[in-house]
Amino acid sequence: MEYSKASVVSVREIAPSIYDMLLKAPGIAKEARPGQFICLYSEDSAHLLPRPISICEVFPDHVRLVFRIAGYGTKELSLKKEGETVTVLGPIGNGYPEFESGKSITVVGGGIGIPPMLYLARKLHENGNEVNVVLGYRDAGLFLNEAFAGYGKVYIATDDGSVGYHGNVVGLIETEKLPVDTVCACGPMPMLKGLAAYTEANGGKAYISLEERMACGVGACLGCITKTKETDGHSHVKNKRICTEGPVFDSSELDFGGAKR
Amino acid sequence: MNTSVSLAGVTLKNPVLTASGTFGSGMEFSRFVDLNKLGGVVTKGVSVVPWEGNATPRVAETASGMLNAIGLQNPGLDVFLERDLPFLSKFDTVKVVNVCGHTEEEYLGAVERLNDSIADLLEINISCPNVKAGGITFGTDPVMVEKITKAIKGISKKPVFMKLSPNVTDITEIARAAEAGGADGISLINTLMGMKIDILRRKCLLANKTGGLSGPAIKPVAVRMVYQVSRCVNVPLIGMGGIASAEDAIEFMMAGATAVSVGTANFHNPRVTEEIVSGIERFMKEQHIEDIRDIIGCAE
Repeated sequence: MEYSKASVVSVREIAPSIYDMLLKAPGIAKEARPGQFICLYSEDSAHLLPRPISICEVFPDHVRLVFRIAGYGTKELSLKKEGETVTVLGPIGNGYPEFESGKSITVVGGGIGIPPMLYLARKLHENGNEVNVVLGYRDAGLFLNEAFAGYGKVYIATDDGSVGYHGNVVGLIETEKLPVDTVCACGPMPMLKGLAAYTEANGGKAYISLEERMACGVGACLGCITKTKETDGHSHVKNKRICTEGPVFDSSELDFGGAKR
Repeated sequence: MNTSVSLAGVTLKNPVLTASGTFGSGMEFSRFVDLNKLGGVVTKGVSVVPWEGNATPRVAETASGMLNAIGLQNPGLDVFLERDLPFLSKFDTVKVVNVCGHTEEEYLGAVERLNDSIADLLEINISCPNVKAGGITFGTDPVMVEKITKAIKGISKKPVFMKLSPNVTDITEIARAAEAGGADGISLINTLMGMKIDILRRKCLLANKTGGLSGPAIKPVAVRMVYQVSRCVNVPLIGMGGIASAEDAIEFMMAGATAVSVGTANFHNPRVTEEIVSGIERFMKEQHIEDIRDIIGCAE
């Protein structure tokens, strides 16, 4: 993990309010694994907390981020120009586990949870895994779907039925009878909960990436915890830090009853 | 040039400490900051048994600040004494252990167990706005403050600093009560109680509804309170509340603080504490200040 200045190579809007940013950040690029994220800091110290954003893809010396404008910080990032710099901290978190070659993995992304799945799908494909990609969107404003095509078979679900399966990703997986022995996912909490329940009911393992409001990003402030079934070895209570023990968790470890949303 | 200061007989190489709850026990930040360069590390509040803390969301950004309602999650004293303090013992920095409790017995139980530890100083949190029992309920009533201070002083082998809440009508009354109870020093201020509402969901953003406001937004309030308290008690003060630069630290010292704690700024820049230490030295050179102690309480 490093705290440094990254230079902006490009920023462009690829769907309404969805931005694709390429950063030159050799240290982070060298270390980053699928499912990790970085924290980006605002230039305006009135906005003092870092914005955690998942890593979409990694290239030599470069890191690609795809994010949605959700407030001041992401708006500021979207307005960055080529050659400008941004202060970053990362890579942060555990990332997805490494899987045995040949194993079939279903990769699921919902909404702004789609970007981190791209680097994962690529790495799994390179590792010789059979990859099924399931992407859930609100409507026809698709993004990144074409990029996944080289790494596995892509299935699309939309909430409004405008493209692909009409409904959510769990319904699509059920309809297409996609394997759920091993599922890796990122997306909104209701999707992750539903997917974890379906996967577990079918005897599979779901590795889900969680999101929470964060402050320090390094595991000190205990702002971004998730409830767990067992007492955690670090906290000594039934809480794990999303920024440090996560953001990816084996869903069977988590206590969803404790999640208050 | 002298940058060292003394807090109740404990010498700090410089006046810069970390604010409790923002820096863990130093482990996580030690990859960004050389802890040996800091005057001291104030650890996250610890209680006799582990505390789970509040539901999430626990933090929210606000203009020039943030709200938190962590709820004093901590692993309890056993783990703290076996893991956290031994880690800190490797560094040449003053160890200030922040203690929290729900009841007087819990505070006393923790203080007693810390008597034989390597802690240099204790900071007693009687001001957390985010726990239902204890915390702020002790810190807002001068009679209670004097009573609990006296009880803790009766058993502590370490110097005791009482950490005060700004959520009171008259901070000087509370500070005098801590001094009357025998406190060796006073830390101020803890966070100001606040709230943020998510207008799209029409609900409070924090699961706890209210949270403690920190960051530059509260600095003028904190400076004012340090100034007022320094002029009505004789014990040393650790000043805190929105310090993000060496200039901010100097301002607190001129208001009357002997040392300062840097908290929320760690979240904006994990290296900030070390930068503040070097910034203070730079300021002293530029302003021809030979001894940092000469500026304590100098503001007219």
